[in-house]
Amino acid sequence: MATDAVVVKKRSAGRRLAGLFYGRPRLQIGSLLAAPMAWLVILYMGSLVVLLITAFWTVNPLSGSVIKEFSLVNFEELVNVPVYREIIWRTVRTAALVTVTDALIAFPIAFYMAKVAGRKTKAALVVAVLMPLWASYLVKVIAWRAMLAEHGVINWALAPLGLHGPEGGVTAVWLTMSYLWLPYMILPVFAGLERIPDSLISASEDLGAHPLTTFRRVILPLSFPAVVAGSIFTFSLTLGDYIAPKLVSNEQFIGTSIFDSITNNQPFAAAFALVPIVVVIAYLGVARKLGAFEHV
Amino acid sequence: MTAVAGIDLEIRAGEFFTMLGPSGSGKTTTLRMIAGFEDPTSGTIELAGVDVAGLPPYERAVNTVFQDYALFPHMTVADNVAYGLKVAKVDKAERARRRDEALAMVRLPGYGDRKPAELSGGQRQRVALARAIVNRPRVLLLDEPLGALDLKLREQMQTELKSIQGEVGITFVYVTHDQDEALTMSDRIAVFNDGRIEQVSTPEDLYEHPVNEFVADFVGVSNILERDGERFTVRPEKIEVLAPGATADGLVTERGRVAGIAYAGAVTRYTVTLDAGGSLQLVRQNVGEAPGAAPTAGAEVVVGWRPEHAARVSGATNKEEVAP
Repeated sequence: MATDAVVVKKRSAGRRLAGLFYGRPRLQIGSLLAAPMAWLVILYMGSLVVLLITAFWTVNPLSGSVIKEFSLVNFEELVNVPVYREIIWRTVRTAALVTVTDALIAFPIAFYMAKVAGRKTKAALVVAVLMPLWASYLVKVIAWRAMLAEHGVINWALAPLGLHGPEGGVTAVWLTMSYLWLPYMILPVFAGLERIPDSLISASEDLGAHPLTTFRRVILPLSFPAVVAGSIFTFSLTLGDYIAPKLVSNEQFIGTSIFDSITNNQPFAAAFALVPIVVVIAYLGVARKLGAFEHV
Repeated sequence: MTAVAGIDLEIRAGEFFTMLGPSGSGKTTTLRMIAGFEDPTSGTIELAGVDVAGLPPYERAVNTVFQDYALFPHMTVADNVAYGLKVAKVDKAERARRRDEALAMVRLPGYGDRKPAELSGGQRQRVALARAIVNRPRVLLLDEPLGALDLKLREQMQTELKSIQGEVGITFVYVTHDQDEALTMSDRIAVFNDGRIEQVSTPEDLYEHPVNEFVADFVGVSNILERDGERFTVRPEKIEVLAPGATADGLVTERGRVAGIAYAGAVTRYTVTLDAGGSLQLVRQNVGEAPGAAPTAGAEVVVGWRPEHAARVSGATNKEEVAP
């Protein structure tokens, strides 16, 4: 007698439960994502909505109490008071400068890692790039503060040349931020360059293109979206930061201004906080157009 | 580590030359040396009488069709094909004319505006071919270009490649590990093994007169017998199965037993173990003979072949004959 090909047995509760999910992808995904989605929607988006509402409230200048009535006063102030316009412009400018600086420094490093270095060197470089991220952000900023100080190492090194380091200005913030966010630019560009098959570079050379032409016509266009992906990090991190500017500079930036307004005028701080959000959303729109999201 | 050693090849202008061999035999390395992606540690590579060894790929009048096609994903088909002309600063009108001509030749006119991602495997293969021949290179190198295609498409492309080669008159140097492909398309074939060349000859000569066991085995099946201290090979289709006791007029005959049968549609393959030692593979056309006429498994048979069809082979490979 032949053995049975199919045997049906009584199923345990666990198996019955598993059976309930089998073949129902929506139910599977739904039950997996329910908790994290709740977290995201209620806590994260919820607090953003509260921020948005608060931005339209005002503060009684005498008592300092919050008046919960709709008003555009905060936004009018942001637009009309020159000092705020100057702060916003200064912050966006610095963020752009940091982004360009990091892109220029990161590209050769990432290129070397992805296309030139051997397997072991590549691994060592990835670790080297990640290493600064293991150290506390505060430690690094305070280190920069010490280096940039009046009697710090930078002034000491520049003194023989008759030069003086950037102290307390935008330049100090630019230097510190460029250092802080560099790994966030290197990693996506590295990944983007790794994705370019070597055969494309060979094909370009084979078709008569000099290495520089190959770079301009093949490598750069194919890796540009990855650079934009990295710039999302460098740009938005610079735009929103307040600790580094506070510690290395006396200049006001968006982050520091929000921080300073929180104690006295929370609605105004909320309105100001919407500025980087709007700028970043606009930036993401541009980045999306440039195909950056395929590289994040 | 040596990938190729002691290679001495002369490829004639306008011929379809194939480098055939198993993976790791050095055929692709040799191709990459001709293209300029790898430099030989010693020796010369002459292209139309000029030594090009040491010249970078972009200064050689050769073009390559890559195994993975290597089409630029960010460019349209038209821009891909015109790439070589553009970097060579060919003027715009001429560029467009030659590009359209090349696309027509590979039967893809009107596909210029598409991106490579929108094409099928076979179409990408054609674009890669058009992108290479549009530059009118002296030599076109093809690195297993049909490897990624399915059988039907591959056979169709074999015929097409051959006819395009006739049309443009460019020397084709073709790398493959597929012996059927090599036999079908080539004017001459070099059989590679372990970084060396075993034999360079026409497909017919290679198949009928393999110089050693490696060639006999790689181009065909390994039918090696040793009789009276002499080793030789007989091709499966040259072997007849005779009725026991039949007169074998002018044939060399041997007695044996059918050890295996494999039905393959048009033909059936038999493995026969010979009483005198060794075994042979032979094929019979399935022409529709009466039931019982075909040999069955385990049956005693007499096999025979014409003496001129036994090709003497000297040694396993010709390694010892090559100067270090």
